[in-house]
Amino acid sequence: MVKINGKEMDIAGQNLLDYLKEAGYRPERVVVERNLEILAREDLGSITIEEEDTIEVLEFMGGG
Amino acid sequence: MENSVYHFTIDKTLYKDKGEQKMEDKFVLGGKEFNSRFILGSGKYNLKLIEAAVKQGGAEIITLALRRANTQESENILDYIPKGVTLLPNTSGARNAEEAVRIARLSQAMGCGNFVKVEIMRDTKYLFPDNYETVKATEILAKEGFVVLPYMNPDLNVARDLQSAGAAAVMPLAAPIGSNKGLATKEMIQVLIDEIDLPIIVDAGIGKPSQACEAMEMGAAAVMANTAIATAGDVPEMAAAFKLAIEAGRKAYLTGMGRVLARGGSASDPLTGFLR
Repeated sequence: MVKINGKEMDIAGQNLLDYLKEAGYRPERVVVERNLEILAREDLGSITIEEEDTIEVLEFMGGG
Repeated sequence: MENSVYHFTIDKTLYKDKGEQKMEDKFVLGGKEFNSRFILGSGKYNLKLIEAAVKQGGAEIITLALRRANTQESENILDYIPKGVTLLPNTSGARNAEEAVRIARLSQAMGCGNFVKVEIMRDTKYLFPDNYETVKATEILAKEGFVVLPYMNPDLNVARDLQSAGAAAVMPLAAPIGSNKGLATKEMIQVLIDEIDLPIIVDAGIGKPSQACEAMEMGAAAVMANTAIATAGDVPEMAAAFKLAIEAGRKAYLTGMGRVLARGGSASDPLTGFLR
C-alpha cells in the first residue's frame, strides 16, 4: 500500500503526476514530499509511485 | 529657543531630524524594500476577500500556512493574492525545530520566495511559541539562505540569540494568537525595540487599529494582524483602518512624540494680552 496524506491507497505503479491530476490536485499549486524527500515539480511526471511510499501533497492555505 | 509669548522652551534635539528620511521611509526586510508596514494574515476568512483586504490594507506582505492539499476544491489561495505581494509562509503546526525546518523547506519548494515565519508551538491553550526550538530552527534556516522571521515570546536574551542565529527580524507576540487583547507584553516589546538592532514586528494579539498605532508609535518596524481583521464586521474596511493606524503611528514615531509633564499643566494659549 501507499500512504498519501495519511490515507492508505492502492496506487503503486502509477505515474505520480498522472495520479495527482486524476485525484483532483492542481500540480502547479502543490508541493510533493515522498518519503521525506521534497520533489521538484518538473520531476513529478517522471516518478513512478512505489509500494510502501509515504507521500504528502501540500498546498498553501490562509494562515497567520 | 525661548518662545516669549507661550513661555516654553523647544529643545530641538528632542526631535529626530528625519525630514529627509520621511520622504523615503522604506521598510527593508531580507534585502527587499516595502512601502507598507502592515503584514496581513490570511487565515479565517473567505479567499474572495483576500484581494480586497490586501488592496485596502495596502499590505505588501501576506502570511500563509502549508497544509495537506484538498482535492475537493479547485480554488487555491494563490489565485487570490495580487501579483507583487511577498508571500510569508509560516511553519504553523510545527512542534519543534525539526518540523519547522521541514515545513519551511516544503514552502520554499512551492517556488514563491525564501521568506519564512518560524512559528513553533507545544502549548495548545495559549499557543505560545517555543523560544528555544525557534532559535534552533532560525539558525538552520538562516544558514540555508531563508529570510527568517521568528515568532517569539518577547524576551531580550532570546531576541539576541535570534539575531546571532541570523534572523532578519524578530516577531514578538503582543498577546496570545487570535485573542485580540492588544499590547499585553508592551514593556517587553519596548525593550526589544530599544535594544535589538533588527526590525521588531509586533505579531499576534493586536485586536484593533489603535493598538497597531501604539505599537508603531513605540518604534515597531511593522505590525502583523490577522484575527482582528478576519473577525471584523467588514474585512477589507478593517484592513483599511489598520493601514491608516499603522501609518499614523509610524509618522508619529518618526516625528518624535510631544513631551509629557511630570506634574502640572502647561497653557496652550498665550499667557499675555488677557482681556481684563
